[in-house]
Amino acid sequence: MSGAFPLPTETPPKKLLTGYTPPSGSYDEMFRPDGGLRPAWVRFAAGLEGLGPQGLTQRADQVRRQLRENGVTYDSYGPSRGPVRPWELDTIPLLFAKSEWEKLSQGLTQRARLLNAMLADLYGPQRLLKEGVLTPDLIYGHAGYLLPCHGIRATQNSFLHLYAAHLARSPDGNWLVLADRTQGPSGAGYAVENRIIISRTLPSDFHSLHVERLASFFISLRERLLSLAPMHRDNPRVVLLTPGPTSNRYFEDAYLARYLGYTLVEGGDLAVRGHRVMLKTLGGLFPVDVILRRTADYDCDPLELRGDSMLGVPGLVQAVRSHEVVMANSLGSGMLEAPALLSYFPAACRLLLQEDLQLGSVPTWWCGTPEGLSYVESHLDELVIRPAFYHWRINPTYGWRLSSAEKVKLLENIRRSPRDFVAQAHVERSTAPVWNGGELRPWRVGLRTYAVATSSGYQVMPGGLARVADSEETFGESLAAGQGSKDVWVLSDAPVPSVTLLRGGVPPVELRRSANDLPSRVADNLLWLGRHVERAEGMVRHLRSSVLRLTSEVEPGGLQELALLVDALCLSGDEPLEMRDQDSDTASELLQHQLLTFALDEKEPGALVQTMQSLVRTAAIVRDRISVDSWRIVNQLDILNQRESDNSLAVIKRNQRFGDVLQILNQMLTLLSAFSGLGMESMTRGPGWLFLDIGRRIERALHMLRLLRRTLVTVHEVPGSLLEAILEIADSSMTYRYRYLTTLQLAPLLDLLLIDDSNPRSVGFQLHSLSKHMKRLPHESSDPSRNPEQRIVLASQAALALSDVESLCDVASDSQRKHLDQLLSQLTVQLRQLSDSISHTYLTHTGPSRQMGITTGGEEMA
Amino acid sequence: MKYNVSHLTTYEYTQPVPICHNEVHLAPRSLPRQTCTRAQLTVSPTPSSLQTWTDFFGNYVGNFSIEEPHSKLSIAARSVVEVLELPKISDDATPAWDSLLPQLKNPLKTSQPEEFLAASQFLFCSTYISPSKEAADYALVSFTPGTSILAAARDLTRRIFTDFKYDPQATAVNTPTSEVFRKRRGVCQDFAHLQITCLRSIGLAARYVSGYLLSDPPAGQTKLVGADASHAWLSVFCGPAGWIDFDPTNNCIPGLRHITLGWGRDYDDVCPIKGIFLGGGQHSMSVAVDVTPITEAEVPPR
Repeated sequence: MSGAFPLPTETPPKKLLTGYTPPSGSYDEMFRPDGGLRPAWVRFAAGLEGLGPQGLTQRADQVRRQLRENGVTYDSYGPSRGPVRPWELDTIPLLFAKSEWEKLSQGLTQRARLLNAMLADLYGPQRLLKEGVLTPDLIYGHAGYLLPCHGIRATQNSFLHLYAAHLARSPDGNWLVLADRTQGPSGAGYAVENRIIISRTLPSDFHSLHVERLASFFISLRERLLSLAPMHRDNPRVVLLTPGPTSNRYFEDAYLARYLGYTLVEGGDLAVRGHRVMLKTLGGLFPVDVILRRTADYDCDPLELRGDSMLGVPGLVQAVRSHEVVMANSLGSGMLEAPALLSYFPAACRLLLQEDLQLGSVPTWWCGTPEGLSYVESHLDELVIRPAFYHWRINPTYGWRLSSAEKVKLLENIRRSPRDFVAQAHVERSTAPVWNGGELRPWRVGLRTYAVATSSGYQVMPGGLARVADSEETFGESLAAGQGSKDVWVLSDAPVPSVTLLRGGVPPVELRRSANDLPSRVADNLLWLGRHVERAEGMVRHLRSSVLRLTSEVEPGGLQELALLVDALCLSGDEPLEMRDQDSDTASELLQHQLLTFALDEKEPGALVQTMQSLVRTAAIVRDRISVDSWRIVNQLDILNQRESDNSLAVIKRNQRFGDVLQILNQMLTLLSAFSGLGMESMTRGPGWLFLDIGRRIERALHMLRLLRRTLVTVHEVPGSLLEAILEIADSSMTYRYRYLTTLQLAPLLDLLLIDDSNPRSVGFQLHSLSKHMKRLPHESSDPSRNPEQRIVLASQAALALSDVESLCDVASDSQRKHLDQLLSQLTVQLRQLSDSISHTYLTHTGPSRQMGITTGGEEMA
Repeated sequence: MKYNVSHLTTYEYTQPVPICHNEVHLAPRSLPRQTCTRAQLTVSPTPSSLQTWTDFFGNYVGNFSIEEPHSKLSIAARSVVEVLELPKISDDATPAWDSLLPQLKNPLKTSQPEEFLAASQFLFCSTYISPSKEAADYALVSFTPGTSILAAARDLTRRIFTDFKYDPQATAVNTPTSEVFRKRRGVCQDFAHLQITCLRSIGLAARYVSGYLLSDPPAGQTKLVGADASHAWLSVFCGPAGWIDFDPTNNCIPGLRHITLGWGRDYDDVCPIKGIFLGGGQHSMSVAVDVTPITEAEVPPR
């Protein structure tokens, strides 16, 4: 059946489905035990057969390509960035008949109601403790129970706005909850991304099977958050609080912020003033009404919660207590994630809701009770052992995988501190078909489902995030664990109306033109993004000209000229290599080595690989601010720069293939130009664009000044081709040739590259743009005189305008062009001042906050 | 006995602080043996916002922020407190310590479920308290089976007083108890934390008490360590006998000369002044605490 063409649908190839043999002893999502298809899969399976192996392989490639282009990762972009982990997505979705999904949804909404009621009780009257459902050690011995949050009244008595459950289906076909997520559930963003890609990959199935849309869920979430705004303020501001780029959830935080249309903020972007939470922006402080929280609750306020946390906002708890801001989920809600609590849910449900719990948890024994401990001692072989209160960063231990010595040691640990451990039954997860290695294979399935609070109860996302792994062993804990993911389709009986986040039942918004509410930190990052992009472009052009010259035939004396060019690449001020005494082969090898260093050596300050890395990192931080297309370009640059799988700089470095550099440099240049073009054509000229362009202009001027200084101040006996190379690097050869035909002379070159403000590459042009930008930056309106930034630019422009090109070309007795040197140094210093001044006025805050008590409190105590 | 309490704290910064947020526990609680008739908090510069509330433990908390640049911050807390004599308790009036253990584990199955449930919040780990085997072993020398809890706790207080040396240079606020154990030195806060660690390590409920001591002793008595500053001690839950305080720094059961500000699981819950500030360069702090008895004639006008 491995024919070269997809077979026509009337003769379906049997092999695709018949080769699929789910293991016995567990539930298969697609097939009944008698070998028949489950109802939800009948039509889809026929479509699969129609696609055949070729078609599926093709679709799988399409999915992989889209994921790569969109740069979907599960990673941190922090300083210690590890290897990139691309998100894996299987082409075949996990299917649910609507009736089955509704039953599951009922269980999920009840569970969400229960958890909300538990939070309301534990942070309020504590009936669960007083009536003996929970013992004090489960609450008072639980570090996640945040005492400062006790007694804070919740808006609409709602503590849990967004809830997620991790489910597994046991062999009897029932779903069990393995874990609840009440802190800031993750994965919903990946569910959206998966949906977008799979609905595009299987468009006809998606439409003919009436798949329920996810957007309605996010519309409800947005409505919910708006309704939480204190005192029904008009046009409330909602922000998404993230721990920042060092968190491996940052990709999703940025994605969600973008998808929901919220400002992505870190703790440092917020400040509490008079118990109100304010967003620090270029235009000043703007009040924040609702915070969608993705930072752990205990990290949210160094004053009242964990004092050593740098992620929070001092005074936030008091702002919440004063009802000036609402957190979703509420502070303190994370405590319910503790596995130790799971076995108490049925009793809590009866007490608080007077109902029986519909959707049960995986059987769990807490070793903090004598019965729990003795059960675990006698059944260790069958159990999964995990921390009772903290689930993160600690992998569970599987009893049946331990040697007898390891078992003894584990039991010792448990007995020493039994309350810190729980044991859970092992659930033999269900299987579903995954396209892998050219065939359908039954992989294990885990399902993440989401619920959002609405005015009429909890609403479950009609879909979710399924994770798959080829065996139980490879199924881990985190979002990225397992080997892949699946889209989840809930099949409706009737056509599904399409919904988008852009419309929906939200009242019409006020028209807004300018966005002065750009957070200062974002402006800072955009400025640096502009600088990195420009620096990369300059480097690439510069490297390309040098490589071109080195790989073509070099004339006598050409090597010295090349040495100058190569030297000008270096950010620090090394002396150029002396070429005269070398034979040409040695010299050319030396230069080649130096060029590779500037391009590829991560330890070389300002090397291209490094600049590219900074570019990608900075772009990732402001991902919610740049367009999807721009991000795609950044992602391709990243691939060219360092991914192992492609013909990238990293690979060249390993193989030392000098010749391939040129090809990659050309590709990079195309991408960088595309990025700049998108910025010019697609970004609104708000403060965000302004800072991006300021960064770009400053960097371009600095690069030009360095190039001219390193090559032209000292007079060398080099042929005119040096000037040609300079023009080429400055992308101004065409203009020069049109203007002056072919006579290459210094004076017209300096005029074109320094002074002429109609040449978009000249220093004069950059200063002219900067001068316009400075006027548009927000100022204290009371200040009638020019601000310091405007003054610096004006001084530079004046220096340039007053200089005489002829005298710049003068050579003093020591073969130095003194006037040129003076002008170039002066401009360099002024541009650096400008950059500092902008940072000082607009971007830096007053530095990190510090704790009073810890540094000096000791002196106070007797 | 009636006292005027004044607690002045001044922070000075080498560079202006543009903003600071503070949380203070500086108003004495009113208790069966203690009545606070007046409590006043004066902050300079004037805070842009000041709110007071009662925390989970029933302590009075002040929460304020200053949003104008300042190089000096002074916080003055003044109060008038009346403390009554501690009734004599005999050792026999308190239960054997080990008889309390099962009751603390199952508060609802006791004759005083509310009290035991409330006490159970002081049984566990907290920011500065990590129960350990070492601490349990140290405690068990005093806590022999069947000993009355009062006698045992008094003996533990005496041993800490004898075994550990008062040394303000030895520790800082965040020195872990295990280190205090090793160094055998510390200040009142360390000794309170140490004794609490010992008690929780053997399953008893103990809480941290923040307060003051009478500055000048009555004629003929010696001045206690910790006067002229904030002081700290601890309180042990003794079942039907309620909570009884112990001061390991002075080897005594606090009576007329101790004024209670509030209590919590440890220092972190009732820190007199907690603050977060921006900038400020170097900073220095000075504290002046004055506790003076009021004779009937010189009660200040209300």
